Amino acid sequence: MAKKPKTIEMAGTIIEALPNAMFRVELENGMKILAHVSGKIRMNFIRILPGDKVKVEISPYDPTRGRIIYRL
Amino acid sequence: MIIIKSKEEIELIREGGFILAYVLKKLAEFIRPGITTWAIDKKVEEMIREKGARPAFKGYKPRFASEPYRFATCVSVNEEVVHGLPSKKRVLKEGDIVSVDVGVLYKGYYSDAAYTYSVGEVEERIKLLLEVTKSALYKGIEKAVIGNRVGDISYAIGSYVKSYGFNPIKDYCGHGVGKHLHEDPSIPNDGEPGKGEPLKEGMVIAIEPMVAIGSGNIMLKNDGWTAVTSDGSYSAHFEHTVAIFRDGPKILTPWDI
Repeated sequence: MAKKPKTIEMAGTIIEALPNAMFRVELENGMKILAHVSGKIRMNFIRILPGDKVKVEISPYDPTRGRIIYRL
Repeated sequence: MIIIKSKEEIELIREGGFILAYVLKKLAEFIRPGITTWAIDKKVEEMIREKGARPAFKGYKPRFASEPYRFATCVSVNEEVVHGLPSKKRVLKEGDIVSVDVGVLYKGYYSDAAYTYSVGEVEERIKLLLEVTKSALYKGIEKAVIGNRVGDISYAIGSYVKSYGFNPIKDYCGHGVGKHLHEDPSIPNDGEPGKGEPLKEGMVIAIEPMVAIGSGNIMLKNDGWTAVTSDGSYSAHFEHTVAIFRDGPKILTPWDI
């Protein structure tokens, strides 16, 4: 069975909602990244608002961008 | 963390790998137009159990999945790349290609291998895809020597595949194997030479090029498992479990002989 390449998962807080379903997220370690919303969250119409705590998945190739996979 | 295996441990992985290779070889006689992917799964499970081993995928929950896997095999047809779910409704027809990915658990050790079969006669372009993907696997294995790095394997596979105008799938990769089904390191199918983890004696890795005729971008089907190419182009998948020894790599799942 094939594996998925490793991504880094971190918790963060939404600080700003941007156009195109993008969000600025402040990670626990203080880093600010740009994140888009995973398809599953979009499909289930989960609203994400500034101040929400979220789990983001960060690609090891570009640590300034991520994907919101969970609203905590 | 990369788990280094002793000679004795590799010997046990090899014993399981032999069962796996036997199963994949036997399966070639079984696959023909008119059978279902469900029948393939049942046949593989039966053969594995006959040899006193266990199907490693059944009940296994990879990190990327939300539930444990329910079958002994992943059977992916045509545009399906990997992790296709066996189904009673999916009947193979002349001209299809079908990748069967199998894991074996034997005496506490895992081995992992895959083969893409053609069902009857297939188009020339698809035949080339199968040949190139299989050769890419061996190009990668050649680079699995002490002193090289994971990136050297990735580059060998990726550059070879692209030289034919095909594309490697980047969303899935090979992996360490042995004590667990998925271990570190990840072995991507495209990369830069000289980058990544250094390869050491006693590492056991599953190298598995997945290659598409088209762009190599994928989508996940609604079942949460099956990856398909987003442009619908056909894709092939070959995999060996390989141990790294001082005198070079050794294939532990020799389905090709």
